[in-house]
Amino acid sequence: MAMDKVKRHRNKRKPFEYSRKWSLRSVFLMATVFLYVPIVVLILFSFNNSRRGGNVIWKGFTTKYYDKAFHNEDLMLAFGNTLTIAVIATIVSVILGTFTAILLWRFRFPLKPLFEGLVSLPIVIPEICMGVSLALFFTKMGWLGNTSDVWPFNLVNIIIAHITFCFPFAAMVIRTRLQSFNREMEEAALDLGATEFQVFKDILLPHLKPGLVAGALLSFTLSLDDFIVTFFTSGPNTVTFPVKIYSMVRFSVTPEINAASTVLILLTLVLTFFALRVQRNSDVVE
Amino acid sequence: MDSYKQKPLAFLSFGIPSIAWLLLFFMLPLAIIFMYSFGENVSVVEVKTTWTLDNYARIFQPEIMTLLWRTLWIALLATVICIVVGLPVALVIATAAPWAKAWLLLLIMLPFWTNLLIRTYSLLNILGTRGRLNEFLGWLWHKANDFLVFIGAGDLGLLGTKFVAFKFLGTPGGVVLGIVYVSLPFAILPIYSSLERMDTSYLEASMDLGAGQLQTFFRILVPLALPGILTAFLITFIPALGQFLTPELLGRGQVDMVANVIQRQFKGANDWPFGSALSLMLLYITFILLALRAFADAARSRRESRAL
Repeated sequence: MAMDKVKRHRNKRKPFEYSRKWSLRSVFLMATVFLYVPIVVLILFSFNNSRRGGNVIWKGFTTKYYDKAFHNEDLMLAFGNTLTIAVIATIVSVILGTFTAILLWRFRFPLKPLFEGLVSLPIVIPEICMGVSLALFFTKMGWLGNTSDVWPFNLVNIIIAHITFCFPFAAMVIRTRLQSFNREMEEAALDLGATEFQVFKDILLPHLKPGLVAGALLSFTLSLDDFIVTFFTSGPNTVTFPVKIYSMVRFSVTPEINAASTVLILLTLVLTFFALRVQRNSDVVE
Repeated sequence: MDSYKQKPLAFLSFGIPSIAWLLLFFMLPLAIIFMYSFGENVSVVEVKTTWTLDNYARIFQPEIMTLLWRTLWIALLATVICIVVGLPVALVIATAAPWAKAWLLLLIMLPFWTNLLIRTYSLLNILGTRGRLNEFLGWLWHKANDFLVFIGAGDLGLLGTKFVAFKFLGTPGGVVLGIVYVSLPFAILPIYSSLERMDTSYLEASMDLGAGQLQTFFRILVPLALPGILTAFLITFIPALGQFLTPELLGRGQVDMVANVIQRQFKGANDWPFGSALSLMLLYITFILLALRAFADAARSRRESRAL
């Protein structure tokens, strides 16, 4: 009898063990399948040996569309543009983001809440508003990716646009990291005769490093991912990878697009892997 | 924290770059479309700000109102689906074994890091009338039909005489599905973080006092997770309102949302003042939603401090 009671008590499910419920587990499973199946099908059909309507019927394995994508000059140019924009935008975003984060963390100043609101505005504003406003701004200023400009100067307006929506995110990440900084270290260094700049370079920056890397990876992915803002700010000759893919999709759906997309997906996977490594390492240090 | 007066030089060197950047490349462009939204086209590329309200008045035309209404309900439906699906998913992650949590979260977030255009394009391959999804649904239909024949109900024709492929592309349903697809991971994250922090003793107390699992779920767990659910609502709903790619690619020009019409004012129709007014409209809606959220937060914290 007593044993029976204990058993029943043990079998009675405790609250908050939802991950053990089959109903919830199956929702989780279905959501995962829903999220992954389209991407997996996309990757599989990049190997489909079919020219037209290649995404409907499987006609055998081939890698020729990778070959074709890599030899598509426009596509590769667009890919190069995307990477160039992402690298430059990331560097500037991390610098601007660090400055903003330090400013908000270190100083009391009038109108501070207003400035905080202004910094977070690019994060919440609908992308299309930003795209439209920047497009008109560049038109008014006459900065429309000139064909005559030497690479990468023809990309300047897209880079500016990307920095504008990336650096507030970088600032947010870096500011979180700053909160764990012990200011007594700074005071100790100053007491021992270090200059303000030495404190910044030798004490604050090393502490910030994981935050800087996280901010950089976030900016880089945001820049790679962006379509809308680039679509509005790019000229006919300054096409990025997503914009190029978009025009190809509108024209026709081919395995070549799948192949090019697969390459970008792989790149994103590698980046995510690095991001996780960095995060784990900094956790271990702590 | 230092006062800016103590170290004015350091303050200025940290402050000027970002303030200047935001003023020049963010506020000034917004000011330009604000001016344009009160302007008139004087020639093909020239717009004069005459402080006319015509562009805003045009928003109330029947066809634009229909467009806004469609945008609103598509975004709302997609957001509600994201939350209804996202809550159980977040619950599973939040209550999983500690070692599994990070992996499950990664599993859900990984597709989110993939390019938005590529994800929308990948759906395009799935959703066609001869696409994978219809193939799968057709297979399910045949299995179900076989089963009905097996139990002797085959002649009743409960499922129709043959499988009719669903039309997803070019229909609002397809667009809703597309928005759910691209925003689901983003909706799960805030719900998860609010569930993570939850004090489970409330749930235990509820069960001890005789409430059932379902009652505990709806009367204790959901209210406790409400801040996270509200955040999930906002960060799904606001971008959904401005969605351009999903209606453009999956709607096939038959299910326009506001962003598609805005885009056409700039690339094609060349009606910049009206396009500016429409995009500012989106911005105002965003502000109203964020203000409502801030009010709700303030009211909540006031209530809580009174309760203590």
